[in-house]
Amino acid sequence: MSNQVWVYIDQFKGKAHPGSWEALGAGSSLAQKQGGGVTALVFGAGSPAVAEQAFQYGAGEVFYSDDASLADYRAEAYTALLAKLVRQGAPQVLLFPTTTRGRELAAMSAIDLETGVMPDVTALEVVEGRVLALRPVYAGKLFAKTACSADPQIITTRTRAFPSPQPDPGRSGTATRVEPALAEDAIATQVIEYTESGGGVSVSDAAVIVSGGRGVSNNPALTPPAGLDEKQAEIWRAQQGFKLVGDLAQVLGGAVGASRAAVDAGYIPYEHQVGQTGKVVSPDLYIACGISGAIQHQAGMRTSKVIVAINKDPEAPIFKMARFGVVGDLFAILPALTQALHTKLGK
Amino acid sequence: MKIVVCVKQVPDSAAKMMVEDGRITWGDAPLVINPWDEFAVEAALLQQESLGGDVIALSIGGESAKEALKHALAMGCGEAILVSDPALASSDSQGIAQVLAAAIRKIGDVNLTFFGKQAIDGDMGVTAAQTARSLGWPILSLVSVIQSLDPGAGKIRVGRATEEGRQVVDSRLPAVVSVGKDFAEPRYPSFMGIRKASRATIPTWSLGDLGVSAPASLVKWPEVNNPPSRQVVTELITGDTPQEIAEKLADKILAEKVL
Repeated sequence: MSNQVWVYIDQFKGKAHPGSWEALGAGSSLAQKQGGGVTALVFGAGSPAVAEQAFQYGAGEVFYSDDASLADYRAEAYTALLAKLVRQGAPQVLLFPTTTRGRELAAMSAIDLETGVMPDVTALEVVEGRVLALRPVYAGKLFAKTACSADPQIITTRTRAFPSPQPDPGRSGTATRVEPALAEDAIATQVIEYTESGGGVSVSDAAVIVSGGRGVSNNPALTPPAGLDEKQAEIWRAQQGFKLVGDLAQVLGGAVGASRAAVDAGYIPYEHQVGQTGKVVSPDLYIACGISGAIQHQAGMRTSKVIVAINKDPEAPIFKMARFGVVGDLFAILPALTQALHTKLGK
Repeated sequence: MKIVVCVKQVPDSAAKMMVEDGRITWGDAPLVINPWDEFAVEAALLQQESLGGDVIALSIGGESAKEALKHALAMGCGEAILVSDPALASSDSQGIAQVLAAAIRKIGDVNLTFFGKQAIDGDMGVTAAQTARSLGWPILSLVSVIQSLDPGAGKIRVGRATEEGRQVVDSRLPAVVSVGKDFAEPRYPSFMGIRKASRATIPTWSLGDLGVSAPASLVKWPEVNNPPSRQVVTELITGDTPQEIAEKLADKILAEKVL
């Protein structure tokens, strides 16, 4: 009998997104309950190498395609091949990591395969042979248990919500190369150009996030350079504040986050925003600096394991969710904390 | 050029959501246009301003969803259409996508359809892609800039964000585009816009008008719960100097073994 659980491995130029292995681990747990294995799918340039890795992370069978028409991710071409393979293998469960590509493919596959999709789930259980998926909704203000009555039950797993399996270098297998489902001229899109982002850890994947809010612009000790108007001076002050936030993030190998207020005020680009209209994150450690903790911000970081708040206002709501709080001047405390952790971590 | 922008009515992002007797409630918080969809409306209006044409706001929902459409009209959309049918009350995302696709086909000759990134209620983030797939159109998701648009030649070039960086993608039209927050700050409705919107009549289409039957609802939420409450006892770290506080805090953080 063929495997009942299939997992799509999202990869870019031969490097799997870490969420892919988490999805594979979640798939293995589901498959073990039924005494079966997991089939992995990998498409795109570099997929043969990722296919090899998939065996080490627990796949029992791997299909890959590195055809030229699939070199760059293109939703239509990938969905067509995915749906074709899934129709042939007829698994009960189809898992994806919740990356932009994974979510999009899961959504489109559900249309092609006439089934349903349950995106961004944080836990899975099996009840009477069907998957019950836990999904945070309303930005985590509520949790919905979700079920799909058709097969395959399509699920995307939230990054960092499921443990990544330990790779076993002793495991291997022979991946099967498959042909694309669409001819090049049947694909409506073309990737023209690509620029890699300039380093730094993304808040979505980070184990540690140090975030700044409006408070980072309030350092009275700073004198902005001459010639700046009031708004420019405020942004200049905020950027000095975010340097302190960034220094701590760097020592901890983490990412820099920000509140919506800080992003809207132009202190830092949108990609750093944590909250209901930014990224929803669940790092091991979240350090909030000068963030009061509006309900929309809380919704984006409430599942963090350990929350630390540094704020001069003892009434700030962020303290209610923090494990550790410091009521004080972040411009004095942040550099001291960076120094202390730098020394203690031996970096 | 004909542009459709899809919008949804949702509880305000500041609403305290709760489950009472198995039902989702949000107290007296207002219902508003989904904040992400305001970026989609802005993106649609910017294209119209540079190339001309019509922008039609489209929503699925009950009578109250007309308020979201009125917001889109007040921002500058020329027309609004509501699809409303009791048979859609328990639709899943696939069903919604199929009905949106049917409405877009009925509108006819549409070159581009815009969506926001996701709705802040269900947080699914799949409707743009599923509607594109139902229409058989390409999806260009999380677009931050439209570099060129030529409805005559049926071509669009966009810049979009991915996990690893930024891509420039060419596509044929018609296409579905979802926009992120970095596209452009949504405009505030003007006084004149609000007056015009308050007087607008918004046609309501039923499933019968679209010539489709109620789609199957495969995905259900058998149970919704309040989040497990965060049992935290906040420990305030104090000291005479920032260095003393930092030393204590660093030790506390290290003792949590999360680094």
